[in-house]
Amino acid sequence: MVTDFFILLRQELVVTAIIFLLLFVKLGKDRSNESILGWVNILLFLNFAYGFCCNTEGMLFSEMFKTNPLIVLEKNILNLAIWLISLQSYSWLKTHKHVIEFYLLLLSTLLGMFFMISSGNLLMFYLGLELSTIPLAAAVNFDLSRRQSSEAAMKMIISSAFSSALLLFGISLVYGVSGTIVFSEMAAHVSSSPLYVFAFILLLSAFAFKISAVPFHLWTADVYEGAPVAVTSYLSVVSKAAVLFVFVSVLYTVFKPIAGAWYNMLFILSLLTIIIGNLFALRQNNFKRFLAFSSIAQVGFIMVGISGSSQAGMASVIYFILIYVFSNLAAFGVISLVSAVTGKENITDYKAFYTTNPLLTWILTIALFSLAGVPPTAGFFGKFFLLMAGAAKGNYWLIGIASLNMVVSFYYYLRVVKAMFMDDNEEPIEKLSIPAWSKLALYICVIGIIVTGLASCVYDYIFSLSSGF
Amino acid sequence: MNLSLLILLPLVTALVILFCKGLKQVRVVALLGSVIQLGASFWLMLLYWHERAIGNNSTMVFQSNYTWFKPLGINYHIGVDGISIAMILLTASVVVAGILVSWTMEKLSKEFFFLLVLLSMGAYGFFISLDLFTLFFFLEIAVIPKFLLIGIWGSGKKEYSAMKLALMLMAGSALVFVGLMGIYYQTHSFDILTISQMHIPIEVQKFFFPFAFIGFGIFAALFPFHTWVPDGHASAPTAASMFLAGISMKLGGYGCLRVATFLMPEAAHEYAWIIILLATIAIIYGAFATMMQTDLKYINAYSSVSHCGFVILGIGMLTQTSINGAVLQMVSHGLMTALFFAAIGMIYSRTHTRMVAQLGGLLKVMPFISTIFVISGLCSLGLPGFSGFVAEMTVFMGSWQNPDKWYRLATILACASIVVTAVYILRAAGKTVMGPIGNEYAGLTDARWNEKLAAAILVIGIVAIGIAPFLINQLIGSSTENIMRQVGNAVLPK
Repeated sequence: MVTDFFILLRQELVVTAIIFLLLFVKLGKDRSNESILGWVNILLFLNFAYGFCCNTEGMLFSEMFKTNPLIVLEKNILNLAIWLISLQSYSWLKTHKHVIEFYLLLLSTLLGMFFMISSGNLLMFYLGLELSTIPLAAAVNFDLSRRQSSEAAMKMIISSAFSSALLLFGISLVYGVSGTIVFSEMAAHVSSSPLYVFAFILLLSAFAFKISAVPFHLWTADVYEGAPVAVTSYLSVVSKAAVLFVFVSVLYTVFKPIAGAWYNMLFILSLLTIIIGNLFALRQNNFKRFLAFSSIAQVGFIMVGISGSSQAGMASVIYFILIYVFSNLAAFGVISLVSAVTGKENITDYKAFYTTNPLLTWILTIALFSLAGVPPTAGFFGKFFLLMAGAAKGNYWLIGIASLNMVVSFYYYLRVVKAMFMDDNEEPIEKLSIPAWSKLALYICVIGIIVTGLASCVYDYIFSLSSGF
Repeated sequence: MNLSLLILLPLVTALVILFCKGLKQVRVVALLGSVIQLGASFWLMLLYWHERAIGNNSTMVFQSNYTWFKPLGINYHIGVDGISIAMILLTASVVVAGILVSWTMEKLSKEFFFLLVLLSMGAYGFFISLDLFTLFFFLEIAVIPKFLLIGIWGSGKKEYSAMKLALMLMAGSALVFVGLMGIYYQTHSFDILTISQMHIPIEVQKFFFPFAFIGFGIFAALFPFHTWVPDGHASAPTAASMFLAGISMKLGGYGCLRVATFLMPEAAHEYAWIIILLATIAIIYGAFATMMQTDLKYINAYSSVSHCGFVILGIGMLTQTSINGAVLQMVSHGLMTALFFAAIGMIYSRTHTRMVAQLGGLLKVMPFISTIFVISGLCSLGLPGFSGFVAEMTVFMGSWQNPDKWYRLATILACASIVVTAVYILRAAGKTVMGPIGNEYAGLTDARWNEKLAAAILVIGIVAIGIAPFLINQLIGSSTENIMRQVGNAVLPK
């Protein structure tokens, strides 16, 4: 039992240990930010590497906590993402007063996500979700002097409270109808009675809130814009990815009996999300807002993949999220660097970026191409497989509309590329020196973008772990 | 011969270019890579002839097949037949010529040559793919370099044209994607040869054929989706125009033939009348639109719409001769338009204008350039002895073989467009190279060695096909037969 505890919970325990370690460092004598950041980055890397050391399967706390190779992989993806984000925020945090607090908040949310992904019970899920949300709202407000930041945090906390309320309502209805909230028992009790479907809709809305699917997306853009870049990238990548992991596995296991009902809901949600996300992304000028809307559209594509409800569907969702981590973080890496040094966050500021920063321009271009789904970047493979999984249901109109929307998304990604390469600018962003840590993160992202797609072993591995019906 | 070499060579060239410094190194590397590629393509042709001579009758030769994404049934499957080899030869010649023409590209030379080579890699990969996923992958690879080439090094309203081109081509590939999905979920395979052995139900074909055909048709300037052609070609730098017309539009024609028609033959019969109608409109509309143009690049771009109409017409008529003609026309149009754009580029770089009205008497100061300009024009209007005549003649003959009277009317109309072609070509050529020469042009110089070499490669191709058409007919004949066997066997429910 005790060994089980240490083996199954090992990833959570390591994160907790890091949190406590940081607390002690905070209590001790003052250290320079550079050394703290260096150590934290190394710790996070070790945390990421440690995740691969053994694949186990098992349950704890009477099925409240479960883990298996797929869940370990999902946690590893999150670990990787948080490590990359930490590397990229180096130039921002270097001069910040509250470095350790930033990591405390971030790691607490990570812990929450781990429990959420591993949950085998709706209450555990709720607990993890809350743990991952509340510290995040504090992190959004991390630039204490910026009024916009506080506004964003306020918006975020209110809307998450609202979605939590929906979730709790849904959970109580589920309990009322079926008498259980344990995932493994719920599947047997799922029925297509109206009350149950209503409960499901409430749960679905809570999920949709977290992954900012239309029409539950309204908080996204403002929060993304107000938050510091590092937090924005965390919000758009890690927190979304974690909820999507749970979402897909819950839909595929617990709610399998009412697949017909949720397929239609997902169909409508995904189309709305893609179209509205794309239309709003067309005319954004703030880079963070732009990426916020583009990430909404990406979630729409992910939902198309989920709707396939096959093994390929689940695999393509996880595969795409991995690719999305690399591509979005590459883009955010460049933006956070520019924003930390110059404070410029508008797309128009990036005009003629190529004349001063060719390397960063290429990295950003590759990232945007990957987001747009252009070969040979991994984004192409990710989108192709998502839509392919969605097409398995024979709903070609969904696929047709989605793939035409890829063309729309192409326009706004190319708009940025055009600004960087083709437009003239009186005062382009000056030549930036890239700190070694950030450079490492950017290179890892670019290598990830190229290798994840072309090397089929990544997909094969994810596929072998996935399941569908 | 391992066909992956055809992709690896450009890839290696592109990577080496990244590590080069300065225009001088970059252009030498690019030229070296593309000349080796041209050599490899000729070697491939000889090997292919040898293979056929010793009695290898398989549809595709030099195949290799590796599993790529096993759970999804995606393979990296490559192989060639005569049509692919003709396309590869065309691509290799145009690439060498394009690199020679941009010999003095000062602005961001490294990026320029890198993108050119990358674009050619997409085309080679496309032509040798026998797996629909791989084919689609390479089709899309070729789009982005075009966007950047036009947007960065172009002229005029370049950003608009680049964006228009990229979006329209992406929309084309989105349609192709839907078509591919339809085929995949019907046959559970992405392999072209495997699918061609299966029978896709006619209702499925009827639903997905338009997606695939129009999708590829957008690449091949199918009316009314041709609007990216004039803007894209006119704004692009010379080499990119040559690549666009010479290679990129051929991707579309090849895709229409190899994917849409070959895999869904019944639907091809079913929709033949629409294809022919659109092709005829494109031919006539393109020809008349060209008459109204005053800019040399626009003249050539609109005439490309008209000429690519012959390709679509040939495919739509579904007789062996007409499909032969379509392939011939693709090769011929590729060489001739590339030559035309090269000549226009040379003229523009000296006179700094492309307006027909402002030019005149260039034959006196630049005889070589004027000559190739006239040669490409004459080829375009179908003068015997050049490839244009052979190709168009074959298309017309093949089209006439289709006994339907409305199709014959279309053939007659298409033939008539040659007259219009003659009008605008002779007018443009006459005004540009003949007549009195303006004072400002009196001191201009003729072509340099690199430009002469580039033009020579293309002219040799044009004349070789023109006077010895059996060479290329031998190459593509057996392959079009294979396609016809597939299409001819298609039984139509009446």
